[in-house]
Amino acid sequence: MSNYIKLIVLGVITLIAMMGINYARDLAYMVHAAIVVIVAGGLFLYTLRNMEEQVVPVSQGDYFDSVIRAGVIATAFWGVVGFLVGVVIAFQLAFPQLNFEFLQGIGNFGRLRPLHTSAVIFAFGGNALICTSFYVVQRTSAARLWGGNLGWFVFWGYQLFIVLAATGYLLGATQSKEYAEPEWYVDLWLTIVWVAYLAVFLGTIVKRKEPHIYVANWFYLSFIVTVALLHVVNNLSIPVSIWGSRSVQVFSGVQDAMTQWWYGHNAVGFFLTAGFLGMMYYFVPKQAERPVYSYKLSIIHFWALIFLYIWAGPHHLHYTALPDWASTLGMVFSIILWMPSWGGMINGLMTLSGAWDKLRTDPVIRMMVISIGFYGMSTFEGPMMSIRAVNSLSHYTDWTIGHVHSGALGWNGMITFGALYFLTPVLWKRERLYSLSLVSWHFWLATIGIVLYAASMWVTGIMEGLMWREVDANGFLVWSFADTVAAKFPMYVTRGLGGVMYLGGALIMCYNLWMTVRAAPAKEQSLATAVPAE
Amino acid sequence: MDMYSILREFADSWMLLSLFLFFVGVVLWVFRPGSSKTYAETSEIPFRHADKPAKEPRK
Repeated sequence: MSNYIKLIVLGVITLIAMMGINYARDLAYMVHAAIVVIVAGGLFLYTLRNMEEQVVPVSQGDYFDSVIRAGVIATAFWGVVGFLVGVVIAFQLAFPQLNFEFLQGIGNFGRLRPLHTSAVIFAFGGNALICTSFYVVQRTSAARLWGGNLGWFVFWGYQLFIVLAATGYLLGATQSKEYAEPEWYVDLWLTIVWVAYLAVFLGTIVKRKEPHIYVANWFYLSFIVTVALLHVVNNLSIPVSIWGSRSVQVFSGVQDAMTQWWYGHNAVGFFLTAGFLGMMYYFVPKQAERPVYSYKLSIIHFWALIFLYIWAGPHHLHYTALPDWASTLGMVFSIILWMPSWGGMINGLMTLSGAWDKLRTDPVIRMMVISIGFYGMSTFEGPMMSIRAVNSLSHYTDWTIGHVHSGALGWNGMITFGALYFLTPVLWKRERLYSLSLVSWHFWLATIGIVLYAASMWVTGIMEGLMWREVDANGFLVWSFADTVAAKFPMYVTRGLGGVMYLGGALIMCYNLWMTVRAAPAKEQSLATAVPAE
Repeated sequence: MDMYSILREFADSWMLLSLFLFFVGVVLWVFRPGSSKTYAETSEIPFRHADKPAKEPRK
């Protein structure tokens, strides 16, 4: 019966998408409609061919790990794609000739930049969050993932969202909101996927066999719930036509700006911080083989973080039409955020107390520790930059880009790599990683790459901030904008090289993980857990 | 009063107070007597059931 309903729904979607190709008012919409026809039509045929197949009931006696394995592969894949596009646009800034004439309108910096940000944040980071949250919630609840194949729907639905978003950027479908560029129908699709994600996650927590909800799940849950809220409110828009990708925002002016940065900063706070803290609170204790340093501190960390982060957004709008009281509020809350951020950092680092020797022998724990170090550093730098006086120098300069990357490459990237190195042998039932010395290579390449990146952006950011504000004795500006661009060239090249090193480290990781699956000694014959006959 | 002013006044007074009290309450609750023992048990969760779900709920 359910197969018939599935066929009807998929058939209707395919038909409407075909009409979409025909009526499309712009190229992006037409391409998206074609992608939907291929996906929905393909699923229709697949369902039709498997109508008479016997449905084998899945055993509740083991964990749902196949979707997590797919998530590990997707995370590594999108990571490399996102880093590669980042390296390309870094060199496009240094050498404008790389904005090739024949690629104008598709492959120039303006089109590739959102592709890079979304690929690393939502494709790499998002897949890392989805797959680790599925892993952690099952283990800490001692229950199989709720919802059966809904987990697969979340995974593939999210990949479809990424493909629609990425192709949309290249073809110019964007609503021009930073980190929320996808147009209205892609937003609607993500909402559906996200609700399914919430259901799977909450359903697993509800049927848990442990009386307590482990703190990592609190962080993951706050990430899922808050992102749902942020996404819906910031994307309130009215499509110009249901056959086109253009839409009009419901908010306007400073209200729109405030909503956007309430979204934008909490995307940082809940997507890139709370979710990844969930990873930290599970994988660091697992890799160090000792419980978290202070569970009490972790609870206070959680509540303080979610109570404070939500107010920090206005610091993106200093010296704008936003009322002063609002930007002061954002600034003050950003500074108070020092406390929970550093509390969390101390909690993560001190988890190693009594096991510091592991830093010498285990490059994976080294990776996790440096990621926590970068978390502490960027959560120190961020509040400092939110102070209005500092912001007047740093805003609109490359200092901001350096700050974002020390957080994203250092904290989010490194903790994700650590989690992937932990997960791959476990999920593919291998005794160990293929090569620890390759992990060390990855560690040093990535770390030196980040240092080159952050240091060059500090120099160029502060330099251009000072050049922009320099006036001569008569009150005239000393430098034109083009002067600052010319002065930044060496730092741009250094930044690009840092990116190349980081990308190289990620490629080494992919090779190492691949060889772990292919060549490392197996622990068990089959990937499926052996279920004893009862 | 218009809607904005009503909501604004509420947010600036009772809502602020209740959120603040909730937060203070959480901090006090964490340090309640006997919590260390409970949390020592809770923080061991990652080291149980790594391979297979539990059959029976844990007491």
